[in-house]
Amino acid sequence: MFDVIAGSCFRRIAKAAPVSLLLFTGIALSGCALSDAPVLHPKGPIALAERDLLFTAFWLMMIVAIPAILLTLLFAWRYRRDNGADHAPDWDGSNAIEAVVWLVPAAIVIVIGTLVWESTHRLDPYKALASDKPEFKVQAVALDWKWLFLYPELGTASVNELAFPADRPLSIEITSDTVMNSLMIPALGGQIYAMAGMRSELNLIADGPGVFMGRNTMYSGDGFSDQHFKAHALNEADFKAWQDKVSGSGTALDAAAYAELHKKSVANPVTHYGSFEPDLFMTILKKYAPAGTPQHQAAEDTGEGAS
Amino acid sequence: MLGRLTIDALPFYSWVAMGGAGVTVGGGIVVFLLITYLRAWKVLWTDWLTSVDHKKIGIMYVVLALVMLVRGFVDAIMMRAQQAVSLNSEGYLPPEHFEQIFSSHGTIMIFFVAMPFLTGLINIIVPQQIGARDVAFPFLNSVSLWMTAAGAGLVLVSLVVGKFSQAGWTGYPPYSGIEYSPGVGVDYWLWALIVSGVGSTLSGINFIVTIVKNRCPGMTFMRMPMFTWTTLCISILIAFAFPALTVVAAQLTLDRTLGFHFFTNGDGGNMMMYANLLWIWGHPEVYILILPAFGIFSEVVATFSRKRLFGYTSLVYATACIAILSFTVWLHHFFTMGSSANVNAVFGIATMIIAVPTGVKIFDWLFTMYKGRIEFHPSMVFTIGFMVTFVIGGVTGVLLALPPADYLMHNSTFLVAHFHNMLIPGALFGYFAGLNYWFPKAFGFKLDAKWGIRSFWFWIIGFYLAFMPLYVLGFMGMSRRMEHYADPNWQPYLIVAALGAVCVLIGIACIAIQLWVSARQWGSSRDITGDPWNGRTLEWATSSPPAPYNFAVLPVVNGLDAFHEMKILGEAYQPQQYEDIVMPKNTWIGPVLGGLAFVLGFAFVWYIWWLVALSFVLSLICVGIRASDDNSEYVLPAAEVAKIERERLAQITPADLHDMRDFAPRGAASGAPLPGTV
Amino acid sequence: MSDATILEEEEKVSLEAREFGFWIYLMTDAIIFALLFATYVVLSRNFASGPSSKELFDLGHTAGETALLLISSLTFGFASIAQRAGHKMREVQWLIVTLLLGLGFLAMELIEFQGMIAAGAGPEVSGFSSAFFTLVGTHGLHVAFGCLGIIVMIGQILVKGLTQPVRSRVFRLGLFWHFLDIVWIGIFSVVYLPGVM
Repeated sequence: MFDVIAGSCFRRIAKAAPVSLLLFTGIALSGCALSDAPVLHPKGPIALAERDLLFTAFWLMMIVAIPAILLTLLFAWRYRRDNGADHAPDWDGSNAIEAVVWLVPAAIVIVIGTLVWESTHRLDPYKALASDKPEFKVQAVALDWKWLFLYPELGTASVNELAFPADRPLSIEITSDTVMNSLMIPALGGQIYAMAGMRSELNLIADGPGVFMGRNTMYSGDGFSDQHFKAHALNEADFKAWQDKVSGSGTALDAAAYAELHKKSVANPVTHYGSFEPDLFMTILKKYAPAGTPQHQAAEDTGEGAS
Repeated sequence: MLGRLTIDALPFYSWVAMGGAGVTVGGGIVVFLLITYLRAWKVLWTDWLTSVDHKKIGIMYVVLALVMLVRGFVDAIMMRAQQAVSLNSEGYLPPEHFEQIFSSHGTIMIFFVAMPFLTGLINIIVPQQIGARDVAFPFLNSVSLWMTAAGAGLVLVSLVVGKFSQAGWTGYPPYSGIEYSPGVGVDYWLWALIVSGVGSTLSGINFIVTIVKNRCPGMTFMRMPMFTWTTLCISILIAFAFPALTVVAAQLTLDRTLGFHFFTNGDGGNMMMYANLLWIWGHPEVYILILPAFGIFSEVVATFSRKRLFGYTSLVYATACIAILSFTVWLHHFFTMGSSANVNAVFGIATMIIAVPTGVKIFDWLFTMYKGRIEFHPSMVFTIGFMVTFVIGGVTGVLLALPPADYLMHNSTFLVAHFHNMLIPGALFGYFAGLNYWFPKAFGFKLDAKWGIRSFWFWIIGFYLAFMPLYVLGFMGMSRRMEHYADPNWQPYLIVAALGAVCVLIGIACIAIQLWVSARQWGSSRDITGDPWNGRTLEWATSSPPAPYNFAVLPVVNGLDAFHEMKILGEAYQPQQYEDIVMPKNTWIGPVLGGLAFVLGFAFVWYIWWLVALSFVLSLICVGIRASDDNSEYVLPAAEVAKIERERLAQITPADLHDMRDFAPRGAASGAPLPGTV
Repeated sequence: MSDATILEEEEKVSLEAREFGFWIYLMTDAIIFALLFATYVVLSRNFASGPSSKELFDLGHTAGETALLLISSLTFGFASIAQRAGHKMREVQWLIVTLLLGLGFLAMELIEFQGMIAAGAGPEVSGFSSAFFTLVGTHGLHVAFGCLGIIVMIGQILVKGLTQPVRSRVFRLGLFWHFLDIVWIGIFSVVYLPGVM
């Protein structure tokens, strides 16, 4: 009785399954949403190179993956019990096949491995980017739950908004005054962790003016979902205007203002500071690495641990 | 007196939390009443809870895994539902609740579903596959089970008393440190890990010794079935890797409880060390979960293709390669921590190298199917589904192993999709295949195939619906663990993913129905011979369910597929000369030690120091009692054995036996080329 | 065969398995120590606001601890020889000497810990002190368990005599005790020696 009812329910559900499948394909094919996908449509050469590497490796692996998938389905169908195809019950090895299945994937891994070695060095986030224009330096501090950006060149600071000249390489020094965070602007390139007492680096560059989404990708607590910001790559005139607006805002990021900012806040509104305490970035770093303790640098420490 | 445990620990602060607590407590009460109603307490205690029989311990492990699977899945579907509706809104779960759910989902699925499921299957089958009467240390086996159960108990109790961790299943400090997570949640998580981790380590040691020392005469290493090989490899992995988990969990506990500075911000702590230590355990752990499933697939594909396993030697070496390499890649879990390009590149390449032996395995199974007579038994269908789906996960895994690509995809839903793509087909489908394959061995009757196939279809369709959108969302820049989001383009994908979770829910329901239906009609699906699928390895030589001693006379093996050969040569099912058999006695110490470990963990979480001390001292006394007991075995007389065996053989009629005319004995055809090929 | 002989036969096999299993257990323990060593090396200069290892370590005291532990390993060896020769009481005597040496080591370690805490270098002071107390303390805890094991085994030898299971247990306890010696040598050369330099 029970299994009859369950069976009829099952058949009804089984009929609905193709509909949902169609729905899924429909969305996947609609493409309108995907055209905004920052990883697939990068807006800077670093992100583009990272994406292309992804694609190259993907297609290389298809040399093995596609035959594996197709042969699985083909063999399952052709050698099904009722088909009456050949049966070789005691055949259990072939050196030729073994050679192919070990050597072809190994060859592909050698090719991709070479790619990895070359691209990991070429796309090292710490590496300064070649350009005829000077770097634009920014210092980023992860806070609960917002990003503070300091502009040493301008002497100004902003919260939850990053602006930089579109034609200059962007060089970001990163630390955290709270738990581990990770800074990422997907359209421009990959991410790097932000850790208290440590300084990490990210070098990015935009193709041209634009507004890009940026965020902390490393879960950090209750306000994590709202810890995102807009990164504005501005042309000369717009950047000048933005600079004037920030400089003119009058508020200073002094010790008291920083203490206020350091308190936890969710979806902190965009805030501008006309000036900030000199060496604020170093002060934040030193908070967790007092005199007598060797200054951590993420790259060196994990490098040691790994080698 | 009660440390920091007060009435506030009860979940009266939210309806959803109260619901979870209510279901947990209600479920407990229902089970308690049911056992009382059936007057089953005594049987349960003497025949099951205190049992040191590896088959019963295995069954209890699998039951634990299935119960926790439901619990972990409820978390999963709640997350999918939340993200499906939380575009620019709080959805129905506040952040602190959502965070507990994703933390407990990961913890439960890894430690209390996958680990007990695989340990259970290993327990039931491996001693039989190597022709042994029991594991090397039956009592230790019972302790392992109850330690795992104690850990699961701590996770369940956190639903009712206090809260669970909000730091994710990896619990990265400094967020998981006392400064940023002051509550009891992280402590529950840590003690669940420590207690169950000890259980796993003991299991690992037990199975290394069992496989090395307890093989029957003639069973050389290169004649061991693949499942036994994978078990040996993961037991070694467990023995090497789990100490790292114990160390890292103990250090974080010291940081939290006694103010140490291993991983704190400042005062000389180093949070990067946590990531290193955690993943030195964590990456081998992935293979600990997956390799036994590979072993199951190897057994299933040979049996249901009615062929010898293709490339046995190759498979053994591939397994060993994977096991060794799994210790060399942990850093790929944090390429974005700022290591130098040299370090990242070396670990990236090491990671890719693992893809080679893994690919070899896929092709070896493929060529086992080639020229086979494939029977679409549910376990075979799960295997085929695995082969197709796992390849996709392997591809995305290699993509993540490219450090520059990982900078883009790390911490995104692409990563979430990738590891589910490895663990659902690569581990869970294997366990389900094992469940369908070995169920008759454990219980004496077959599972209903129709509902098995149905569960497969819902699981695999649900899997694709739930996780392919997450791959896409990763490209769209969605991070993992987001309670809500602002990008309307993401929502359609999240709705599809939620639909996928509903599909999986139906898949789980199908398994429940399958168990129910099969139990109802067990009389008509009994397994008389002990060999329902025309199996090839020694576990099919015993009766279903096996006698307590498995083998009345230890078998002598002279090749691979030992039982298959015996059937061809007509040596199976023959009465023999029986002898007295020594069996271990059941003991109360295992479950009591588990109970004490639970109390110890609970007391530590709540800072009830007198109870910590008391349970610790009582545990020591239990160990002392056991260590001084020289009377832990009994003798089953030969006459008794002969009676059991005669009864079994009398039931088997020639009509029950499989037709072996298709097959030649190994000596005759071994190494012969395939007719018409090379 | 009588029940007794077949049980005895089975016992021999199972004791052999136990000894093999115990080796594997020691290996897992060695990994725990290896990781605690690694942790210590990473944190060994992170003194934060606390005193440095140079100010804290006293090699003379450490040499005393080392001597006690090394000699205890030797006396455990004498106990094993006595066991092999079947001298029950001599074995018990050597085990008592070993126990006293072990307790002496623990006492010296506790004095050292107390001194460090008094000097403002308790485990909660810095990354260095946390790693130090955890590594050395874990070793000390093992020695304490070893002492407990010796007490239990003295009791078993006296009550049960030198039966096969008792012999096997003493053998395994001996492995454990010598293993702790090796770990201590590691601690001496990784923690104390570089610490004063």
